[in-house]
Amino acid sequence: MEKRFMKGNEAIAESAIRAGCRFFAGYPITPQNEIPEYMSRKMTEAGGVFVQGESEIASAYMVFGGASMGTRCMTSSSGLGICLKTEALSYMAGARLPAVVVNVSRGGPGLGTIQPSQQDYNLITNGPGCGGFSCMVYAPSTVQESVDLTCKAFDMAERDRNPVIVLTDGCLGAMMESVELPMPQTPGENLEWSLAKSDRQARIIKSFHLDPMDQEQFNENMADLYKSWDDNDVAVELYQMQDAEYVITAYGICGRIAKAAVEELRLGGVKAGLLRPITLVPFPRKQLAELNPQKVKKVLSVEMSIPGQMFIDVREALSAEIPLEFLGRSGGVVVEEEEIVSAVYKMKG
Amino acid sequence: MSRPTSIKDCASGYCPGCLHGVAHRIIAEIVDELGISQDMVGVMPVGCASLSFSYWNFDSIHGAHGRAPAVATGVKRCAPDRVVFTYQGDGDLAAIGLAEIMHAANRGENFTAVFINNSIYGMTGGQMAPTTLEGMKTSTSPKGRDETTEGYPMNMCGILAQLDAPYYIARFALNSPQNVLKAKAGLKKAFMAQLEGKGFCFIELLTNCPTNWGLTSLKSLEWMEQNTMPAFPLGAFKDGGVRV
Repeated sequence: MEKRFMKGNEAIAESAIRAGCRFFAGYPITPQNEIPEYMSRKMTEAGGVFVQGESEIASAYMVFGGASMGTRCMTSSSGLGICLKTEALSYMAGARLPAVVVNVSRGGPGLGTIQPSQQDYNLITNGPGCGGFSCMVYAPSTVQESVDLTCKAFDMAERDRNPVIVLTDGCLGAMMESVELPMPQTPGENLEWSLAKSDRQARIIKSFHLDPMDQEQFNENMADLYKSWDDNDVAVELYQMQDAEYVITAYGICGRIAKAAVEELRLGGVKAGLLRPITLVPFPRKQLAELNPQKVKKVLSVEMSIPGQMFIDVREALSAEIPLEFLGRSGGVVVEEEEIVSAVYKMKG
Repeated sequence: MSRPTSIKDCASGYCPGCLHGVAHRIIAEIVDELGISQDMVGVMPVGCASLSFSYWNFDSIHGAHGRAPAVATGVKRCAPDRVVFTYQGDGDLAAIGLAEIMHAANRGENFTAVFINNSIYGMTGGQMAPTTLEGMKTSTSPKGRDETTEGYPMNMCGILAQLDAPYYIARFALNSPQNVLKAKAGLKKAFMAQLEGKGFCFIELLTNCPTNWGLTSLKSLEWMEQNTMPAFPLGAFKDGGVRV
């Protein structure tokens, strides 16, 4: 373990290299520029390749090409750039290629703002591209978690042969914190499916099917994979939930701010708790469904998006007997601890 | 004349008289002659040649419309020990994939780009392409391509030859046995340049589309000679990195 004081975006880039990422292609867009900039300096030193693509689309397809060779690959962008990458994400999901895609999200829609937001929840969690596929989505709430989840994303992408998305935001990307970096690892070669050179029969990497029955079978297999995520891969932080009467749900940077709000509410004698999804896909439906209406009086969903997006998933999972309220900020405005505390007092009545 | 081992022994799905088969064959012959079958990665397009995934007897990747040069960039950068070629039609390369081919060429990526130009979108039913000739009727230019509103056929060899990085850029036609042999020699030169690490090579092959041109196979070859070849002059545009 090595301890360093690092900016969120740079910590993601460094941990990717330590996780064995040896190909990065990206395109400039705020607020993620530190990732390609860091990669342009450090990737070659690590024996890998950095390419500044001519577009978001091309960068994502360079990753498609690199991943085909069994190389651990990453690209990063922000909201509107991720939109352009969704074509390649769909192709990678269809071709069963692993890759890590980082979204340092900003305000929208359209060109929006360059300030942090969580407006991309729907885009990212509902199958980011055509054809109805899914990607596992990690939502860190600290720089340390950005490091840990980026590393894990590479392992999961390779395990499932499917892209994994790390959803962070302009706030986490720009903040500096002390982090423990993992030991650099050398990933094994993916010789059982990749086009890395070896003595074998010719292989084809494609998402194209001539027979509808083949496509259906593929989709059924993927549905089984997604189901296995729900059973095995949900990650959630439960904080002060033991006796909580007022539960806050929030992810990413909002989750971190909500945690501070819970501490403040507890000091004021309010039995508050936090349920923070770490994986947005798979979503902690089970943990939400298990909230007991006899104990939990109300739930507040806090997001940096208006209208609420995760709010809808929370409502769906939660017992109908538990009232759910919403607190949202948007456009690049970061929610404040005091706003959350006030919202809980207000809903407590 | 026997089947090159780099092509599988299977029926082709291409229309009767289509020159994709000839283009595939000369590539496969070159791969056999250079003994590089185990090294090959073909990056295929979206269009009629999407079907080629079941024809090649070497590794292949079937990506998205227009993106083959970006995919090939990732492949070659991650695996410089592979011999990589892209294979794209005119809609794929010169319309939706214009940025990808321009920038791969400008970076001097060390792979071989094969460009099949038949002046039409084949797979989707004969729509106007960037290389459709002036006045040529297609399903989306029913009165003939009008250059005042639809522009002129794009000379991709000429456009790419403006860039400094490309090593070899040349156009051939597959309309006659003599021209097929010339095309094969040009393609082989491009593959050998890649093996020597010379950088980006671009081979344009003028071909036909009997089905969507509404002509018999033989008539389509005559039509190429009378119309396509005068509009797209054959020959090298860059050779050894020097503009010709």
